[in-house]
Amino acid sequence: MRFTKDHEWVALDGDVATIGISAHAAEQLGDVVFVETPEIGKLVSAGDAFAVVESVKAASDVYAPISGEVVAANAVLGDAPETVNADPENGGWFAKVRMSDLAQYDALMDRAAYEAFLQTQ
Amino acid sequence: MSAEPPLRITPLNAAHIALGARMVAFAGYSMPVQYPDGVLKEHLWTREHCGIFDVSHMGQARLRGVSPLSAFEAVAPGDYIGLKPGRQKYSMLLNRAGGIIDDLMAGRPLSSDASDDGLFVVVNGACKDNDFKVIGDALADQVRVDRLEDRALVAVQGPEAAAVVQALVPGTETMVFMDIRVLAGFGTDLIVSRSGYTGEDGYEISVPAGEAERVWNTLLADARVRPIGLGARDSLRLEAGLPLYGHDLDETVSPVEAGLTFAVSQNRREQRDFPGASRILAELVEGPARVKVCLKVLEGAPAREGAEVADAAGRIVGVVTSGGYSPCLKAAIALAFVPPAHQTPGTRLKVIVRGKAQAAEVVASPFVPHRYVRKL
Repeated sequence: MRFTKDHEWVALDGDVATIGISAHAAEQLGDVVFVETPEIGKLVSAGDAFAVVESVKAASDVYAPISGEVVAANAVLGDAPETVNADPENGGWFAKVRMSDLAQYDALMDRAAYEAFLQTQ
Repeated sequence: MSAEPPLRITPLNAAHIALGARMVAFAGYSMPVQYPDGVLKEHLWTREHCGIFDVSHMGQARLRGVSPLSAFEAVAPGDYIGLKPGRQKYSMLLNRAGGIIDDLMAGRPLSSDASDDGLFVVVNGACKDNDFKVIGDALADQVRVDRLEDRALVAVQGPEAAAVVQALVPGTETMVFMDIRVLAGFGTDLIVSRSGYTGEDGYEISVPAGEAERVWNTLLADARVRPIGLGARDSLRLEAGLPLYGHDLDETVSPVEAGLTFAVSQNRREQRDFPGASRILAELVEGPARVKVCLKVLEGAPAREGAEVADAAGRIVGVVTSGGYSPCLKAAIALAFVPPAHQTPGTRLKVIVRGKAQAAEVVASPFVPHRYVRKL
C-alpha cells in the first residue's frame, strides 16, 4: 500500500489501483456522513479531485493519487458512509482505477515514509 | 504571511486540552471544535442527556446608567422598558437600513436583594468588539458599557440539564425559559439564565474566570454530563432552526426576512422608533423580498452554505446560508433564503451541490422540536 501527501492510499492489484483515505485522514475528518464516489468509466488524472467525503461539519475533496479509468466504486458507502471511519484502509475504499501509468505507483510513499511525513505535519 | 493577531484563549483552555479536544480558531479564540467522542456522539448525547459548552468567547457586558432599559431601545427593537426583573429577551442590534448588526440576549438578572444592576447583555464572540462600540457610541450620554472580560460562560444543555444544574445551584429550580438571576452556586457568584442555543432545555451560567475550571469539572463529575464542542453546537442549533450570525444573519438581512419578527415588539412597531423601522414595518405589511426557510435535502450530498437553491423549473431563486447533516433526522438539512412564494412547507425545491440539482423540500421550523421549559 502506498500513500499521498493528501492522505489517500493506493493498493495495487495487477494494473488496478484501489483508492481510499488513510486512517489518519479519517480520524481527522471525524464522523463521515456522505461520500460521493466517481462514476465508473470516468478518466481521472493524478491530482484531480475525483471524490468528496463529508463530515457533519464540512465537505473535503479526495484527489486521485494516480491516473487512469475508474472501473469500480464502493457502493457500500452510499448507505454506510461511516465505513470510512470504521475501516478506512480496507472496507472504506472509495474507487478502483485501472492505471494508465504504473510508474506513478512507485513514486508514492510507502507506509514508513507516510508515517514519517505525518510526523512533520 | 498572515497578519492575524494571536488567538485568545478562554479560562477553560487547559480543561479542553486535558479532555483531548481538537482546538480550532473561532471568533479570534482557540476553541474546542470536538472532543474525542466526535461531533455525532456529542450531538446525540446533548439531545438525550446533558452537554456542557464553553461559550466564553461570547461578549458579556452590563449596561449601567440612569435608565439603561429605555436607552437600549434606541439600538434594539424589543420592549425593554417593559422587561421585568428576572427576565431576558432575545433581540438584535439593527442598522439604519434595518439590517442585523448582531443578535443578542439582554436581561435583568434578579438578585436576592432585588438590586438593579443595569442590563446584562450577551453578544456573539466574533462581533463583540463592534457591538459594544455601537452600543457605547449610540448611548454614550445615557449608559456606560462595562464589559465583563473577567467572566467565563458555560452553557448546560439537554433534557437532563435541569436535574444536573438544580442539584448544584439552589434557586435554578424555580426558573423558567428566559428567566435570569444572580445566584450563589459552586461557592461563587453566578449569573444564570434558563436559555441556550440548541433547542433543548438548559441554562447558561456566567462565572468568574478564576472559578470557571472548577465549575466545569464539577459539572463533568456528573455522569449525565459530557463536554460538547463547537461542531455539535452548530449542528444542534441548525436542527433547532436557529440562525447563526455571519451565516444566516448579516447587515443586509432584516428580522422579518430572518423569521425573527417575534423580537420586534408590538409597542415598538407602533412607536416606529428603532433603527431601520421604515423598512421593517414595510416588510411586516407587504412581506419581505426573501425569507428564511428550512430545507430537508431529499437526495445526494449535504447542501452547505453558499449552495444555490432552484425552483421546480430550475430557476435559481435563493441560496443556502447554513447547511449540514442532521444526526437526529439522519438527513441533510439547511437554512436558505428564498422568495416568500416558496416558503410553504411541502414546497419542492432543488439545491445545487457541485453542479448537481438535488431534490429538497421546505419543511416547518424547527427541524427538531424545541424543548424549552416555559412553565413549571
